Amino acid sequence: MRKSPTVLTHNHDTEPWVRFSLLLRRLSPILAVICLLLLWAWISERELISHILVPPPGDVYRAFVGALADGVLAKHAFVTLQEMLYGLLLGVGIGLAVGYAIAKLPLLEYILAPIIVGFQSTPIVAYAPLLVIWFGSGPASKVVTTAVIVFFPTLVNTIVGIRGVSPKLRDLMRSLKAGRWRTFRHLEAPSALPVILAGLKTSTTLAVIGAVVGEFVSQGSGLGYLVTAARNLYDTPLVIVAVLTMTTISLCLYGLVALVEWRFLVWQRRSNI
Amino acid sequence: MRLSLRELAVAYRAPAGGSLPALGPISFDVAAQEFVCVVGPSGCGKSTLIRVLAGLAPASTGAALCDGELIEGPMPRIAVMFQDANLMPWRTVLDNIALPLEIAGMARAARYKIVRKLLPQLHLERFEQAYPAELSGGMAQRVALGRAIVQNPRVWLLDEPFGALDALTRERLSLELLRLRQRYTQTIIMVTHDISEAVFLADRVIVLSRRPGQLVADISVGLPRPRSSDMLYQRDFLQLTKRVRASIEELGN
Ligand SMILES: Nc1ncnc2c1ncn2[C@@H]1O[C@H](COP(=O)(O)OP(=O)(O)O)[C@@H](O)[C@H]1O
Ligand SMILES: [Mg+2]
Repeated sequence: MRKSPTVLTHNHDTEPWVRFSLLLRRLSPILAVICLLLLWAWISERELISHILVPPPGDVYRAFVGALADGVLAKHAFVTLQEMLYGLLLGVGIGLAVGYAIAKLPLLEYILAPIIVGFQSTPIVAYAPLLVIWFGSGPASKVVTTAVIVFFPTLVNTIVGIRGVSPKLRDLMRSLKAGRWRTFRHLEAPSALPVILAGLKTSTTLAVIGAVVGEFVSQGSGLGYLVTAARNLYDTPLVIVAVLTMTTISLCLYGLVALVEWRFLVWQRRSNI
Repeated sequence: MRLSLRELAVAYRAPAGGSLPALGPISFDVAAQEFVCVVGPSGCGKSTLIRVLAGLAPASTGAALCDGELIEGPMPRIAVMFQDANLMPWRTVLDNIALPLEIAGMARAARYKIVRKLLPQLHLERFEQAYPAELSGGMAQRVALGRAIVQNPRVWLLDEPFGALDALTRERLSLELLRLRQRYTQTIIMVTHDISEAVFLADRVIVLSRRPGQLVADISVGLPRPRSSDMLYQRDFLQLTKRVRASIEELGN
């Protein structure tokens, strides 16, 4: 007779208090946001700070509904999103290409390092006006600003990722007579992917900075412009609506990359158990 | 396939300039389908020897030949296996073993068919969807062995393939290696630091001197095949291990 090994199969996760504490941990970020909103409501309710500085949540909600209804919010959000996406495409694309080249040719790093580090150590707001002069006050200058700002993390992570490829696996590919393309496709790309995706997450949050800084510098459209315009009218609720929309866009893009990570890095999740 | 070393020597560039001899000069031949084990003190150039035969490192002087042809780079009929299974962590067992076929451009269905036929022989049929991190050391080495077999090589170069495993797993894998060899009749050169493992597996045991490794003994193992674990306690076997041990101990410190 075989007895079922109850001791081994007993799962501690099913105990009520464990489940409760797990649930609490999952919910705690949401609870934190709710607490912040309550604090905000309480401050404006008692008018501890002037409503012009901190409008009540209700006013912000009405501004949101209003901006949504007359299409202003969607129009500007779309402009910013578009600039971000093109900027990401351009900056990440160039970052990947240059990063790969540098990882393979150390001489190139030697030549390019001062230029790249110089660019990186200058604050983006300082040369955003220059980019407007070069690329006009239309969307192109914002796309370039975004591209410049997302270029660096992509570059660094690509270099780290490709240089981090196991030399022993390189030997294996060599002994299998894998050419340049197959080595890239079957070894370098999958091996560097986790690091590159981590860089892409940083890039998405930086992209919104790039686009909005560009919009601050040259007026026209976009959420950065909406912020400036609303501020000039002392429409604080609308400023907050615009800012929260930026946050939402950047969180959504971040989430998208996290989703890609989740989908493609199954092996990493399974390896960490 | 037949392998020959002709006055082969390898020297690495020393960090302080100049060159540091790591192996040889050494000459010996390995006949087709022969199983040769190489033993020697650590750092005497055993891995270097394997890398030269695999075409992964150049000879400094002399030459390594495969069927009379100079080994100048990796050859499709020579497969290598290292102490660390060296699997791709992002590939499943199935895809790790199928890697050589995929690189050769074989379609997915065809390569999976080949690998799935091989899996039972490696006792891995229940693990085809597992990732390397989910495998034990012995299982990982069997995956590496599968990846070598699937290349359909004529020569296997094994560099301490069971070196990181516990004694029992090592013994079981040794027996499996012999079984697989019978099926695929290979020429095998295997580096090991375990004298009884060398005698148990090989037709010939080659003993290298301290660095730079030179041939100090070439001992024929006349034990009948197929070999079984009982042999580990028989007199002939013990005498052979004693001979190998003696020639290593003669090297002194
Ligand atoms: N890439 C290398 N550069 C310089 N020296 C090396 C390199 N690889 C190995 N060596 C040296 O060559 C000698 C032989 O190494 P190896 O073939 O790995 O020995 P074994 O496998 O017998 O332990 C060692 O002393 C080692 O330090
Ligand atoms: Mg070694």
